[in-house]
Amino acid sequence: MDSLDAGYLAQQYAPIAVFILIALAMGAAPLILSMLVATQKPDPEKLSAYECGFEAFEDSRMQFDVRFYLVAILFILFDLETAFMFPWAIVLKDIGIFGFIEMMLFLFVLVVGYIYAWKKGALQWE
Amino acid sequence: MIWESVQSLFFNLDGAETVLFTLGRWVLSILAISIGVALTVAYTTYMERRIIGWIQVRQGCNRVGPFGLLQPIADGIKLFLKETIIPAKSSKFLFVVAPVLAMVPAFIAFAVIPFGETTLFGYWDEPRVMTIANVNIGVLYVMAISSLSVYGILLAGWASNSKYAFMGAIRSTCQMISYEISMGFAIVTVLMLAGSMNLAEIVHAQQGGFWNWYLIPLFPMFLVFLISGAAECSRCPFDLPEGESEIVAGFFVEYSGFWFATFSLAEYAAMILISLVTSILFLGGWYAPFPFLDALPIPGTVWLLGKAAFLIFVFIWFRATFPRYRYDQLMRLGWKVFLPWTLAWLAVIGLLIYTPGLEWVLENPISDWIAWR
Repeated sequence: MDSLDAGYLAQQYAPIAVFILIALAMGAAPLILSMLVATQKPDPEKLSAYECGFEAFEDSRMQFDVRFYLVAILFILFDLETAFMFPWAIVLKDIGIFGFIEMMLFLFVLVVGYIYAWKKGALQWE
Repeated sequence: MIWESVQSLFFNLDGAETVLFTLGRWVLSILAISIGVALTVAYTTYMERRIIGWIQVRQGCNRVGPFGLLQPIADGIKLFLKETIIPAKSSKFLFVVAPVLAMVPAFIAFAVIPFGETTLFGYWDEPRVMTIANVNIGVLYVMAISSLSVYGILLAGWASNSKYAFMGAIRSTCQMISYEISMGFAIVTVLMLAGSMNLAEIVHAQQGGFWNWYLIPLFPMFLVFLISGAAECSRCPFDLPEGESEIVAGFFVEYSGFWFATFSLAEYAAMILISLVTSILFLGGWYAPFPFLDALPIPGTVWLLGKAAFLIFVFIWFRATFPRYRYDQLMRLGWKVFLPWTLAWLAVIGLLIYTPGLEWVLENPISDWIAWR
C-alpha cells in the first residue's frame, strides 16, 4: 500500500482523533464532577489572589525580563532547525557524503549566529 | 438470533471487521492505556514518597491500607471532595480551560508509544506492534504533542492573575523550550543511526542484546536526553517553575482541589512518557538485554515497562539527591553546555558514518566479536 495514500493516512491517524476526544472527556469530567460534588462556599477573601496574606498592591500582569523574550526567539530558530534536521537524519545513509556536507555548511552558518548571540550576551543570566 | 445480529454489527458477511469493530477496538485500547497511565501516575506518587522516605531513613506513607498502598486513592478522594476556587480577578474562561489543556497532551502523547509486539496468542500470523496508532513519524509526534503542554501552563499562569502564578508560568515556559532544543538534537542523532522516525522501527534497529542499544554509541546523548527530560517535566533538580520555597507552586498556585491535582497528574504523566521514550530510543525498547532472554516466555512489554520503571526510579533518586538549580545555572546548562555539545556530537556521528575505516565504531564490536568466535 502506498504510504502516502490519503485513506491509509486517515486510517493511521483516526485513532489519535478518537484519543483526543476521550482525553478531553477524561480531563474535563473529573473537574466538573468535583465541582458538583464538593461543597462550594466562596467568600471574597477566598477568591482573592494569593499574595502572602496582603492585599495585592499592583496588577500581577507586570513587566518581565526581556531575556525571556530573547530565549523565545532563539528557541524558534533552533527548534525549526531540529525539525528541519529530522528528515535529513532519516535519509542520511541514502543521500551520501554530499548531503552530509551540505547540512554541515548549514549548521556552520547557524553556529556563527549562535556564537554571535553568545558574545552579545543573549544567553547571559546573572 | 440476537447473537447473530450482535455479531453482524462487528463483522461483515465475509468475516471482515466492520467500522464498529474497529472503533470499539480503538476505544478499548485507548481506555486501557489512559486508565493504565492514570493508575501508574497515582502509584508513582506513592513510590516517590516511599523511596524518598527510604533514602532519608524514615517511613514514608504507611498508614492507609497495607504498606500505605491505598494512600494515592485516599489522596485522590480527598482532592476530589475539596472546594473548587476560581479567583474573582482571574480570566474565568482561560482559568477553566488551562487544566484540560495541560492534561490532554500528556495523555494523547501515549498514542504512538509501542508497548511491544504480540501475535495475540497466535491470532495473527506475524507479530504486530502494540500501539494505538503506528504512525511513521512517531518521534515527531511525541515531540510536537509534549511541547503543546506548555500552553496549559502558560494559560494557567496568565489566567490566574496572581504574581506567583505569572512568574511560575514564565519560568516554566522558558525552561521547557530551552531544553526542548537539546532534546531535539539528541533525537536527531538517534534518527541518524536508525534511519526511521517510527518508534517501532527504532526499537527493531536495536534488536539482539544490549550491545546493540543506542545507549552505547550515543552515551553522551543519552545523558543529555535524560537530564533534558527531567528539565522538561520540571523534576528536581529543575523544579524551579514550582519552587515551593520561593514561588509556592508557581503556575498553579491559584488552583485548588482536583483542578490542582490535574496539573500534577499531567506532570507525572509527562515523566512516565519521558521514561518510556528514553527506553525506546536508547535502551532497546521491548527487547531483553541478552538475546537468550527474548526466548523466555516473558512478554516484551514487561522488559519495556521494567526499563521505564527503572528510569522513573532514577528521576525520583535525582529528587532525593540534588539541590535545586539556580535560574542562571539552568539557562547556562541548557544553552551553553547542552546545545554546543549535542551539535558537536551530531557532527561527530555524521563523520563516523562517512569516514572510510571508521564505520566500525558505530557498529557492534561485541556482536562482531561473538560472531568471530
